[in-house]
Amino acid sequence: MGREGEVVAQLIPDFEREHPGVHVRVQQIPWTAAHEKLLTAFVGEATPDIAMLGNTWVPEFVALDALEPLDSLVRQSTSIAQEDFFPGSWSTNVVDGRAYGVPWYVDTRVLFYRSDLLKAAGYDSVPTTWPEWRESMVRIKARMGAGQYPILVPTSEWPPPVVLGLQTGAPLLRDNGLYANFSDPRFQRAFDFYLGWFRDGLAPKVSGAEVSNLYQEFERGNIAMYISGPWQIGEFTRRLPAAAQGTWMTAPLPGPDGPGVSMAGGASLAIFRGSQRKRDAWKLAEYLSRPDVQLRFYALTGDLPSNRAAWNDTTLAGNRYARAFRMQLDRMVPLPQVPEWEQIATKVFEYGEQAIRGRLTVDATLAALDRDVNGLLEKRRWMAQRAAGMSSRSGQ
Amino acid sequence: MRFPSEASGAAWFFLAPALLLIGVFFFLPVAASLLLSVTDFDIYAVASSENTRFVGLENYARLLRTPLFWSSLQNTFYFALVGGPLTIAVSLGAALLLDAKLVRWKSFFRTIYFTPFVTTLVAVAIVWRYLYHTRYGLLNYGLEALGVPPVDWLGDPRWAMPSIILMAVWKNFGYNMLIFIAGLQSIPDELYDAANVDGAGPVRQFFNVTLPMLRPTLLFVGVITMIGYFQLFAEPYVMTQGGPLRSTTSVVLLMYEEGFRWWRMGFAAAIAFVLFLVILGFTLVQFRIQRER
Repeated sequence: MGREGEVVAQLIPDFEREHPGVHVRVQQIPWTAAHEKLLTAFVGEATPDIAMLGNTWVPEFVALDALEPLDSLVRQSTSIAQEDFFPGSWSTNVVDGRAYGVPWYVDTRVLFYRSDLLKAAGYDSVPTTWPEWRESMVRIKARMGAGQYPILVPTSEWPPPVVLGLQTGAPLLRDNGLYANFSDPRFQRAFDFYLGWFRDGLAPKVSGAEVSNLYQEFERGNIAMYISGPWQIGEFTRRLPAAAQGTWMTAPLPGPDGPGVSMAGGASLAIFRGSQRKRDAWKLAEYLSRPDVQLRFYALTGDLPSNRAAWNDTTLAGNRYARAFRMQLDRMVPLPQVPEWEQIATKVFEYGEQAIRGRLTVDATLAALDRDVNGLLEKRRWMAQRAAGMSSRSGQ
Repeated sequence: MRFPSEASGAAWFFLAPALLLIGVFFFLPVAASLLLSVTDFDIYAVASSENTRFVGLENYARLLRTPLFWSSLQNTFYFALVGGPLTIAVSLGAALLLDAKLVRWKSFFRTIYFTPFVTTLVAVAIVWRYLYHTRYGLLNYGLEALGVPPVDWLGDPRWAMPSIILMAVWKNFGYNMLIFIAGLQSIPDELYDAANVDGAGPVRQFFNVTLPMLRPTLLFVGVITMIGYFQLFAEPYVMTQGGPLRSTTSVVLLMYEEGFRWWRMGFAAAIAFVLFLVILGFTLVQFRIQRER
């Protein structure tokens, strides 16, 4: 999919050389169409043998019973072991105790910041706790002019409020993903912390579409911090002029009382149940998980390797911007593993936007969010109830 | 009227292939989607049909409570009510020009104007996306030459829909133009001669001779254009994905998202039927207006 689909073809010839008789045909689909295409392929019984799946899609394809459980293949494998991967990343592929995918590359969110602005405000590095973090923003703000803000969090992005919520340990959904849990006091605390940035003028009330050129704003010092993912390392390196290159850095996210967790994103390799060549597909998964192949993939795409051994290589160990990611990768938690998650995420930022613009109070926002999300989960509850009814009946 | 029975038997025999095709490929799917719209068919139902429930009119009720539906309906009306009349005006203008006696190379211009209509929409949309590009686009290049600051055509919620309308007008006017030319050519010259004798200038001739004589053509063009425009889909799908800030999400795009992105087929079928009712209502209104004149 996307850029990954383009470059993976360059890794295939070596695989085919190692496994004579196995021929791989790569079909490339743009990210925007991939989800639809895979679902339609499933309905039309034309699924691929192996595919890259955004790891939030895994629960959905498991609900469809479209994926092959990989536990026994992993156990028998001589080249892949569960311990090779980051635990947070591995667990995104586990549904009801069974693994349905192998992490291919990892994605998480860290803080990109202007080290010179932070230094001018009296900080050598980004603080690790929420109160200190906020204090640093206040100090930076004091040195800024009108229209300049210590942090940019576009209101159209769901990861910031969700990650802050995860940091407090609040489960976003409860009872095995049957009910929303956004009114939980812990999430409330996180949400209030998030809204506080906007309330106190530490973050501008703008959506992503209104930020015309992030890099320019960053370079001009109109923003000092920005929460984003690994692809931005490449963008910042490319787009900021040479003069601004020494002024930016990455840092792991602060947490409520110390270094915080972040969300475990990325993509996995999954084998479809309908495949006739599962053994060969598994060989490809093993090949793409090898540290040396993952490093080549990193060089081609900038996607961070999921295999921990790959991180010992100098290309990554020596990259100062990747260091924050390496630390964050040990502190990752999965997002709720329900097929409805992407819709729920959309709701989070839609309601967040309402609260930021002051249209709803915090309590009212979270109550409304709970109500809407519970509506989305209604079908899940009905199915769970029916399953419970069936098992109690068969138990009699 | 009554036909002898053998004759009607033969008629049925000859009609059967057509009726069968219409039945299988039109009425059956329509009936199936009507049925779908009163169920909660979704991703779980794809896994197992046991996971489908009959929900009555709940999908429709929920649709009316969905703010996004109302905003997408608004966007669709914006597109149809601004873009529709604009397309008709432009195509009528082009038809009048090409029908004028002074114009040369008529068939050349007719072909040129008709070309956008027969070009694949997706290809057209991709080329227009370049034209609209904020930094490298031809449009902003022109604006810059005039000293006007660049416009973020597809990225600004206020400009995105006008941009799509502009492209749609350019793409579609050729077809209507051909129909108008045919309509214009069927107006007898004697009427214009008589108007000349009565001393009517070109403007009065247009309003008192051309327009009344074109009325059936206008009705046809109006209805077809409106029905087409209410089904706005490919333009925003390719160019804006419904954004920015949902400002170009049309009803059909919403239906597509619900159906094929979130796989809520029952809900999507309900959207389809509501859109059908809206288009039906509009077509009836157009017929009524034309008849009253």
